[in-house]
Amino acid sequence: MLELKHISQEFGGLRALDEVNLIVNEGQIYGLIGPNGAGKTTLFNIITGIYQPTEGGVYFQGQKIDGNPPHQVARMGIGRTFQNIRLFAKLSVLDNVRVGSHAVTQAGLFGSILGLPVVRREEKQILHKSQTLLEMVGLQDKRWEYAENLSYGEQRRLEIARALALQPTLLLLDEPAAGMNATEKQELMSLIYYIQKEMKLTILLVEHDMNLVMSICERIAVLDYGRKIADGSPEQIKNDERVIQSYLGAPA
Amino acid sequence: MDAFLMQYIDPYYLRILVLIGINIILALGLNITTGVTGQLSMGHAGFMSLGAYTSAILSLQFAAPFWAALLCGALVAAFFGFLIGIPTLRLEGDYLAMVTIGFAEIVRVFFLNFEPGGKAVGLSGIPQNTTFGIVLLLVIIVIFFNARLLKSRLGRSMYAIRENEIAAEACGVNITRIKVLAFTIGAFLGGLGGALYAHYMFFIRPQDFAFMQSIELLNMVILGGMGSIPGTILGAIILTIAPELLRIVAEYRLLFYGALLVLLMIFRPNGLLGDVRIYDLRKRWMNKEVGA
Ligand SMILES: Nc1ncnc2c1ncn2[C@@H]1O[C@H](COP(=O)(O)OP(=O)(O)OP(=O)(O)O)[C@@H](O)[C@H]1O
Ligand SMILES: [Mg+2]
Repeated sequence: MLELKHISQEFGGLRALDEVNLIVNEGQIYGLIGPNGAGKTTLFNIITGIYQPTEGGVYFQGQKIDGNPPHQVARMGIGRTFQNIRLFAKLSVLDNVRVGSHAVTQAGLFGSILGLPVVRREEKQILHKSQTLLEMVGLQDKRWEYAENLSYGEQRRLEIARALALQPTLLLLDEPAAGMNATEKQELMSLIYYIQKEMKLTILLVEHDMNLVMSICERIAVLDYGRKIADGSPEQIKNDERVIQSYLGAPA
Repeated sequence: MDAFLMQYIDPYYLRILVLIGINIILALGLNITTGVTGQLSMGHAGFMSLGAYTSAILSLQFAAPFWAALLCGALVAAFFGFLIGIPTLRLEGDYLAMVTIGFAEIVRVFFLNFEPGGKAVGLSGIPQNTTFGIVLLLVIIVIFFNARLLKSRLGRSMYAIRENEIAAEACGVNITRIKVLAFTIGAFLGGLGGALYAHYMFFIRPQDFAFMQSIELLNMVILGGMGSIPGTILGAIILTIAPELLRIVAEYRLLFYGALLVLLMIFRPNGLLGDVRIYDLRKRWMNKEVGA
C-alpha cells in the first residue's frame, strides 16, 4: 500500500536519508526504529509531503505522491501525529478533532454563513463522529477543555483522535508513547490494536519503547544514520547482529 | 429612526454610537484576518480607504443608490484583499506586517494623487446617508454572519492555521486558500466600514486612513482579545469612547494608550475577553462542564 523507492534526503551537506526502500502492506502495523537522528521523522515528513525527497519516490496505493503538498497527501487518506506535539493549543479538545475532519467535509463559505440545511447536517455528523472518536481515546469528558490544558499522555491521544477524524487508510504515528507512564503505554497499545482492527487501518509507527514495538508490530525496519540496516519480523530484528550492535545494545 | 432618537439622545452621543458601530464592523473584519487566522495585518485602513473612496465617488459622480455604493466599496476592498492576500501568504510575522503597511501606504499615496478623489483636499459633500439605524442593522448582520462563519468548518480551519500551520495542513486544510479567504473577508468588512464612514463624515481625505488608523483598529482587536467576537466588540467600544473621554487631556492620550497596553500585557495577555467565543461559552454553561 505504501512503497518508498530509493529515498534520499539531504539537508545542506547532511545526508539524513540514504537510499531507503520500504514496503508497507495493507493492514500491517509496521514499526520504524533507530537511534536518535537516524532519520525516522524525516521519513514521515517526506511521506506526508512536508519535504520533497532529494532522490527517490513515494508510492501510495500504486500512485506516486511525492511532490504533492501536505494537505493533498492528507486528502488521499494519510493521517499522522507529531513527535513534538502539534495540537491547536487554544482550541477546545472537541474543536481539535473537528478540524481533523476538514478534508472529508465540504461546507463552503456561503453555505456556512447562511446556515443551509446541508451544512447543518454535516455539522451534526462532524460533531457525532468527533465525539465517538473522543470516547474511543477516553477524552470525551474533557471535550470543552483547551487542548493545552491536557496532560502529556492525553495530548498524544488527542493527536491520534484528530488524525483519525481524517478517516485515513494509512496512519503514521511518531513516537506515540513518548512521555507516557507504564499504564498509559498499556492503554495506548490496546488502542492502536483496536483502531487498526476496527477501522481497517495500516499503521506505520516510530517508537523507542522496544517492548511496545516488539509486541504490536508485525514487521519492523531499522534505520541508522539514514540507512536502512534491517527489516523483518520482530524475532528477526531482535537477533540481527547489526541491529544489536548499533541500536539495541547488548542483548537483554 | 435617527430623528426619533434625537429627541431623547444628545446628537453628540448619537454620533459616538454611530462611530462605535462603524468601528465594530471594521474591527470584526480585521479580527478575521489577524485575530482568528493569525495573519498580522497593519494596513486595515487601506481597505477602509478603498471602500470610502469607491463609495463616495459612486455617490457623488454617478448618483448611485446608497446600498449600491456600500456594496461596491466593500467589493472593491475585498478584491484588493484577495490580490494582496496571494503574495503575502508566503510571508510570516514581521514581513507580512511590513507588506500590509506598505499596501496601505500605496493606497494613501494613490489617493493623494488621484484627480477624481480630490487629491490631498479629499472629497466633500458626500451624502450623509449613514444613519444610526442603518449602522445598527449592519452591525447586527455582520455579527450574525461572523459568528456563523467562526463556528463553521472554515472558521475552525482559520483558528487552526493561527494555532499551528503544519498541523492544519496535516488535517487537509489548504492553508493558502483559507488565508486568502480570511484576507478577502477582512478586506470586505474594512471596505464596508470605510463606505459607511465616508457617508457619515460628509468629507474624507487620504490622511483619514493613514497608519495610525490601522494601528487603532489593530488595538481594538488586541485589547478585546484576538479571535473573539465579543472581545473585538468590547475593544471597539472602549477605544472609540476613550479618546472622547480623554479629550480634555489630549496631550496624554498616547501615555494613556501606553499604560493601557502595559496593564493589558500584565493582567490579560490574551486580551480582555481572551479567547471567549460565544458558542463555546454557551455550550460550556449549558453542559456545566467548564474545566478547572
Ligand atoms: N529541516 C531540517 N534541516 C536540517 N537538518 C534536519 C532537518 N530535519 C532533520 N534534520 C537532521 O536530519 C537528521 C535526522 O533527523 P530526524 O528528526 O529525522 O531523526 P529521528 O530519527 O526522528 O530522531 P529522533 O529519534 O531523535 O526523533 C538529524 O541529524 C537532524 O538534525
Ligand atoms: Mg524523530
